[in-house]
Amino acid sequence: MITLVREPAATTVAPIDAACTHCGLPVPAGYIEPGAERQFCCAGCRTAYAILHEHGLDRYYDLPERRDRPVRASGRQYDEFDHSAFHALYVSATADGLARVELYLEGVHCASCVWLVERVPLVVPGVVRAELNIRRSLATIEWDDRATPLSAIARALDSLGYPAHPFRGTAQENHRRREDRSAMVRIGVAGAISINVMLASLALYSGWWSGMEAQYARFFRWTALVLTIPALLWPGRVFFVSALAAVRARTLHMDLPIAVALAAGFARGVVNTVADAGPVYFDGVAMLVFLLLCGRYLQLRGQRAAADAAELLFAITPSTARVVGADGAIRETPAEGLVPGDLIDVRAGDTLPADGVVESGVSSLNLALLTGESRPVSSRPGDEVFAGTLNVASALRIRVTQAGETSRLAKLVRQVEEGARRRAPVVLLADRLSGWFTAAVLVLAALVYVVWMNIDPSQAVDNAIALLVVTCPCALALATPLAVTAAVGRAARRGILIKGGDALERLAKPSTLILDKTGTITEGAISLDRFDGPDWVRPLVLALEAESSHPIAAAFREGLGLTVLPDVEFSHHVIGSGVVGRVGGHDVVIGKQTFVVETINSDRAHTAFEVRAPISEVRRFTHDSGDSSGLRPLASGLGTLTTVWIAVDGHAVARAWFGDAVRLDAARSIETLRRAGWHIGMASGDDPAVAHAVAAQVGIEQTFVVGGASPEAKLALVERASERQPVVMVGDGVNDAAAIAAAAVGIGVHGGAEASLAAADVYLTRPGLAPLVELTDGARRTMRLIRLGILLSLGYNAVGVSLAVTGMINPLVAAVMMPASSLTVLMVAWRGRTFPEAPA
Amino acid sequence: MSVIFLVLPLALLIVAAGVAAFVWAAKRGQYDDLETPAIRAVQDD
Repeated sequence: MITLVREPAATTVAPIDAACTHCGLPVPAGYIEPGAERQFCCAGCRTAYAILHEHGLDRYYDLPERRDRPVRASGRQYDEFDHSAFHALYVSATADGLARVELYLEGVHCASCVWLVERVPLVVPGVVRAELNIRRSLATIEWDDRATPLSAIARALDSLGYPAHPFRGTAQENHRRREDRSAMVRIGVAGAISINVMLASLALYSGWWSGMEAQYARFFRWTALVLTIPALLWPGRVFFVSALAAVRARTLHMDLPIAVALAAGFARGVVNTVADAGPVYFDGVAMLVFLLLCGRYLQLRGQRAAADAAELLFAITPSTARVVGADGAIRETPAEGLVPGDLIDVRAGDTLPADGVVESGVSSLNLALLTGESRPVSSRPGDEVFAGTLNVASALRIRVTQAGETSRLAKLVRQVEEGARRRAPVVLLADRLSGWFTAAVLVLAALVYVVWMNIDPSQAVDNAIALLVVTCPCALALATPLAVTAAVGRAARRGILIKGGDALERLAKPSTLILDKTGTITEGAISLDRFDGPDWVRPLVLALEAESSHPIAAAFREGLGLTVLPDVEFSHHVIGSGVVGRVGGHDVVIGKQTFVVETINSDRAHTAFEVRAPISEVRRFTHDSGDSSGLRPLASGLGTLTTVWIAVDGHAVARAWFGDAVRLDAARSIETLRRAGWHIGMASGDDPAVAHAVAAQVGIEQTFVVGGASPEAKLALVERASERQPVVMVGDGVNDAAAIAAAAVGIGVHGGAEASLAAADVYLTRPGLAPLVELTDGARRTMRLIRLGILLSLGYNAVGVSLAVTGMINPLVAAVMMPASSLTVLMVAWRGRTFPEAPA
Repeated sequence: MSVIFLVLPLALLIVAAGVAAFVWAAKRGQYDDLETPAIRAVQDD
């Protein structure tokens, strides 16, 4: 549909800092096109711009908040999206004859994404409606499936930077939707009732003080009673149901004291209403139901974020597999239907749907999802391969050994889920406290009443009521969840997504911090660090690497930029070694040193690296020769993964270094954290030598560095370290997922598999380690704020109780004091300084 | 003051109507997504 536009690049020096027209990021020097009005940082952004421009969607660039990361299209064809098995599983029909599908989109993160995704109907004809739920990255698409194949829609989304995956949890989704809606209904009903009961009670309280005719008092009591009954039977029922279940199971549950308090308060109120004398407790009962439901809802939303992430992880594994039948024909079947023994065909660029053994074919696999290793691993017949890994180079035939639930990936996912369950939802402190608090207050009020009956019967009722009013658990019940919610909300605006209050609590106190290397301390992707060679070599290299999906080829394209490319007459990829070809009349060899040397069969190349221009120029390059390409400086040679040689017409003419660069802010952030009292270690799936070198560079103690660690070894490391003190694990991939789940707090960082979200308590959407520093600071301040809130609330209640017990205040003063105090406590919780206010 | 016997039940009826409307809206999924519509409203052409 849209093809990459290549424009001539001049050889003159380009303007130093150009910003990408699409994403606004700086354009690498190799990509700058002098004189061009529009500059692009990568092919993805260029394509996305072309699509938007072609369909008159330039208004996108006027949006106040825009996507600030380069468009990384997967380039997949999404053929399986058109398969009938796929439609049977994921596509439903709407009432008006359209097809509807729900797709998970990767890369959704800001307001402009909503704008863009919902304008897909303008880009792909046949799409009638597209709606995006930004919190869950879930797009609902309705289209005419007779006019447009779903794969075309998926390809359009992909080229805009949102690779799509089918949403699989439709059954759970319906259940969850019902649960969410009834929670919302309960809150609404409880809120409406409690406010009205409160009004009736307020009239009663003021009546106690200023005098009220008995008929009115009776009327208000009965009004409050009649209103409270539905509050307990409908929204309040959940507490009684779970308390009853706890009693039956003979376990303690936090709903038990709550149910007791509600029942006791209501019963006493009914007795007093019928007797036509004494305080009614209906306002407290109704308000407690409402506030507790609010707290529960906030908590539920936090847990939902975790569930969403687990769904995303499943979405990333492929939905269909190509099964090779006995007759050699290939059928596409849903991946769920695979059984051990099946022979499957996996094309280049596809993700493996199951674990198995390579039967035929030679390729390289990207295991980053499982091991975090950024270098592709070559695989040949007999090798064991795993679901979730990406086939990079060429087609493979694989004999399935484990599929679905028993695959290694599924086991990792299960470990993640178990980890999340083990750490159980945060039992909100306020929930427990306010239940017991209410029960205690009821007992105390009864005591005050009895005692004062003996001292001064005329004051007994007043004092008991004043006590009940003044000790409203409101501040106590809401201050903590409110402070946590406010902090979480502010952190989210800074690109720090926190799933639960317990994570904040654990991050507030410095303990052990274990960092993953790839993607956390380093950038996490192979990039071209350095290119030594004459400029005329570049087009030859680019032309030969232009179509390859190999990461080295991608890094070449990224690093060297677009130029006019000569024609490729032929090319041949040698898996695990390199590529040979004839480009623009030259024989070109690119690959490992040994491969290049063997291929050109030149003993000169063995001895020294001599750059020979076939025409005239002969230069000897040294390691620190000037480099005008604008590439990142190679950080003292560390992190270099691969060196690639380039030979033209039988002479080695250039070398390129590829590495995984250390993030610029890593050393400084680690130093800041260490000064704050954190004990910092590192675990890496990479080679131990590389791990130690990187650790030395960013200032991590060599004794606390583990290299060559498998996911299982990382898990063991975290468990070992957890024996001494709580461990915070920071990682970026599914390979860290088990360790992240086992740690007291797991943190996922930007740029890794979005799936690592599943395990993480916190997810940092901004790259680098600086957000980590911000997170620990913010957590410390939030906990201080919560303690302050509880202290204020308890202090206020203590003063109020002593005043009421001693008969110093009457109910009306108490009724004024209560909201005033609650407001101050809630304001402190809501407005307190936790995370910086401004968006990052 | 005795007007309260008329006005209060009337007020509660109005509350009941409001609650019914809320329940209806919630059951129809109006509160399913609380974030995206806010963004959409600002962006619409």
